[in-house]
Amino acid sequence: MGKMISKLFGNKEMRVLMLGLDAAGKTTILYKLKLGQGVSTIPTVGFNVETVTFKKVKFNVWDVGGQDKIRPLWRHYYAGTQALIFVVDSSDRERIEEARQELMRIINDREMKDAILLVFANKNDLPNVMDGEEIKEKLGLGKLKDRHWHVQSSCAISGDGLLDGLTWLNTYIK
Amino acid sequence: MDKRDRGEKKDDDESYVPFQGLEKGALLQERRILNETPLNPKKCCQFATKLLYLVEQGEKFTKTEATEVFFAITKLFQSKDIPLRRMVYLVLKALIPMSDDVIIVIASLTKDINSKNDLYKANAIRVLTQITDSAMLAQIERYLKQAIVDKEGYVASAALVSGAHLLDGNTEIVKRWISEVQDALSSKHVMVQYHALGLFYELKKHDRLAVNKLVTFMIKNTVRSPFAHCLLIRFTAQLIEENPNTDKSFLSYIETCLRHKSDMVIYEAAKAICGLTNPPVSSLTAAITVLQLFLSSPKPSLRFAAVRTLNKLAQTKPAAVTPSNLDIENLITDSNRSIATLAITTLLKTGQEASVDRLMKQISGFINEISDEFKIVVVDAIRVLCTKFPQKQRSLLTFLASILREEGGFEYKKAIVDTIMVIISEIPESKESGLTHLCEFIEDCEFTQLAVQILHLLGKEGPPTQAPSKYIRHIYNRISLENAAVRAAAVSALVRFGVSLPSLRPSITSLIKRATTGLVILNKSNGNKYLGGDFNVPLANLEFALRQYQTNPSTTPFSISMVPAGAPPSSKKKETKPTKGQKEAAAPTPAAVDGGSFGEGFAKTLSAIPQFAKLGTLQKSSKPFELTESETEYVVSCIKHCFATHFVLQFNVTNTLNDQVLEKVTPKVDVSGLKGTTVESVVPLPSLPYGAPGACYALVKRPTDSFPSGTVRISLKFITKEFDVSTGQIDDGPGYEDDYTLEDLTVDTSDYVQGTFVANFKEKWEEIGDEFEVVETYSLSTMKSLQGAVDEVTKFLGMQAADRTETVPPKKNKHVLLLSGNFITSANIVPALVRVRMMFAEGQGAQMELAVRSTDDEVSTAIAGAI
Repeated sequence: MGKMISKLFGNKEMRVLMLGLDAAGKTTILYKLKLGQGVSTIPTVGFNVETVTFKKVKFNVWDVGGQDKIRPLWRHYYAGTQALIFVVDSSDRERIEEARQELMRIINDREMKDAILLVFANKNDLPNVMDGEEIKEKLGLGKLKDRHWHVQSSCAISGDGLLDGLTWLNTYIK
Repeated sequence: MDKRDRGEKKDDDESYVPFQGLEKGALLQERRILNETPLNPKKCCQFATKLLYLVEQGEKFTKTEATEVFFAITKLFQSKDIPLRRMVYLVLKALIPMSDDVIIVIASLTKDINSKNDLYKANAIRVLTQITDSAMLAQIERYLKQAIVDKEGYVASAALVSGAHLLDGNTEIVKRWISEVQDALSSKHVMVQYHALGLFYELKKHDRLAVNKLVTFMIKNTVRSPFAHCLLIRFTAQLIEENPNTDKSFLSYIETCLRHKSDMVIYEAAKAICGLTNPPVSSLTAAITVLQLFLSSPKPSLRFAAVRTLNKLAQTKPAAVTPSNLDIENLITDSNRSIATLAITTLLKTGQEASVDRLMKQISGFINEISDEFKIVVVDAIRVLCTKFPQKQRSLLTFLASILREEGGFEYKKAIVDTIMVIISEIPESKESGLTHLCEFIEDCEFTQLAVQILHLLGKEGPPTQAPSKYIRHIYNRISLENAAVRAAAVSALVRFGVSLPSLRPSITSLIKRATTGLVILNKSNGNKYLGGDFNVPLANLEFALRQYQTNPSTTPFSISMVPAGAPPSSKKKETKPTKGQKEAAAPTPAAVDGGSFGEGFAKTLSAIPQFAKLGTLQKSSKPFELTESETEYVVSCIKHCFATHFVLQFNVTNTLNDQVLEKVTPKVDVSGLKGTTVESVVPLPSLPYGAPGACYALVKRPTDSFPSGTVRISLKFITKEFDVSTGQIDDGPGYEDDYTLEDLTVDTSDYVQGTFVANFKEKWEEIGDEFEVVETYSLSTMKSLQGAVDEVTKFLGMQAADRTETVPPKKNKHVLLLSGNFITSANIVPALVRVRMMFAEGQGAQMELAVRSTDDEVSTAIAGAI
């Protein structure tokens, strides 16, 4: 019944998994989207889950902590995921390779083969950051086959670029 | 869920179980529904319920299975459906102990603790505190403290209960919450007050003053919660029990609770009063009156509780329970077997002799239908009954024997055997039939401990009976059929028969010969001559003495008194005296043949030293007496060897410094504290290297007319030389002299006495007669218990208890201790018997009358004056 009504009114749902290295800004993005304001966060031991409605689409966003000890547990949240938001700190050149390895590990998982990929190149307000093209290169996105992907430059604190990212996701709602 | 259950019950019969036949594998497959978008809360709720059902049924999940399903459940945090969320918390709590990586829920739960939704808050507290990680706890502590004083009762309760769980391992953190917990004590919520009281007590229970203050505070303020009342009654009763002179208001609080409107509180108060050691009569009567009312309650739980409490009370105060007998009578046909059992056994303890047979008949009817726990209650009742109505022993023993043949666990069988043993010891007429029942039991007894215990008893009680030979067959059978411990006990028992019964001795000797090769000594040509006397010598000493006798035959016949009775020098091994043994009576092992340097006992070592060669037979060697702390550079202990005219003090010295060698180690002995004795000579130890123990000696002459006791001051003189550990060379130099003072050595009466075994104390007592009887009375005000006094006197006199008087039956305040020993005088060995009548009163210590009989006036006086 609920499903029918939502179809009738064009309300759609999307399950989004948001991952990335620790301190990339995942939790800040989530609550900026949910509450429209910046919040101070602590490293996430575990996960946060919130529903964000944007342009009549309900995004079910799962933000799982990025610390070393939690990364092996990401896989438990793959099943049913339609979109992966991968957040990178675009000022962190030292760990961009580590981020690439983690990303590849995620999208090579069988359960994630149909998920579309949105990369937030976060913290774009900092000086001397990598631009979208550079991030694309360093993450090796050009080599991906059979995958819809998009790099979106963003700043979680100001909210810059976040809604653009969701708009991109919106175009893939079936 | 409730609605659904009820709906289905309409169609099916009462015993319908909704999840019967639920398979773990199928359920684990079903967890896919938790991944659906959007979620179906109703389906998920059902899934969670089934999962909880399986966990509660005790279904085992592997770590992987549990972890997988745990993570699947975490996905339900996205739902805002309240009933579903409640299930999520319950399931998480159940799965946390079985799963890995449970930290994944920390962030979500921390968020829930801060939620405005009280249900989330309370449940998240309960779940989160299960994941105890002190770093995490520090982060959420502030929320927990707030929660304790939350205006919503179940949030506060959740925090308090979690605090109680956290005590185990995180005590320090919980202690910081004390002021919040104290606030919660005055909460108007029934459960919060109860939980706060419980937690407060747990935090303060080791501080008696604080508990006292807590109780005083609580009973003066209104306690609304019946649960809190129950706890408070328990704490109050404990305080009264620990200090009978405590505040009067404590007891009157409990009495007030007897009139509370809740049955639970009334019962708790009555139980507390009945449990006090010395409740005032008026309180006890009031408590019994309310229990009596409960006895006719339509609620089985109340009847059970009341009769159980009265049953326990009847054990100690049967007279107090008697007025309720009429009501208890009505319960012996109660449809609940447990209530009926307790009713009958209560009546057995309180009732008249005439009713015993009737009650026993009733109980035989259903003894097989009740659990072991209640069977033990029945057996305990019979024990009380037997001592009360000795005339009934025959029928009661028959009953015990019949239930002994039935199936049952160890505790139950032990209760029966113990009861039979008590009956045997308290009612002489029952001895023969009791022993026969026990003999039958060991024929098919699966419990080694009980078999050993019974064999030991047969060895003690069997020989003086009219037809002792009938027990021998039962005992002998054990030797061929059982495990080592039982065989040992059986041989030991046979030896006892042989010792006490000359007529059976030859046949027993041959039985033992056939049965064991361990007891080599009895196989020797002249072996069975020695079986006659008291057998209180270590076999190693006996064997050595016999060998000596064989090589140096003398005109006098060998006597057991020629064998030194002292403990063989078994510094490492446990000593085993065959006749003294209780359960471990291990006669067939070649007892105490020490593998150490002393080989065949002190006698041999000492007789090899020229100065000691003419001392005659070694009569007694004491246990090693430590003269240093065990951690010092030189460790010294002393063994006192008693000869007819002399003491030899043997100093065992160990050098624990690896870079030193000691030379000319010489004892310096000052015997001025020991009246009439003189040091005749010393035997130094030429050299003492690191690690290997050595011995030096002092020969002390005893006075012929007295047995002095006192302290001896001792020091060791020696020359230390350096030892090069790397080359193994001893330094050539002269070394330097050293004087090492040791702790004082005590010599007391026990050093002149060797404990002996007597088969029949009374006979011996009469035989010696009262010609040289000396009676003294003493008051030992420092004694804490009668058993303590018995142990102390036995140790002090160095004698051996006879007729099992070494243990005081529980709850007695009078006791007679019988002791037997040989006194070593310079002329000969004088057997001495002591009878100690003791009385004990709390706070006043033990009063005792010591009667000593021996064949020598001086000996009697010395023993009587020893204490």
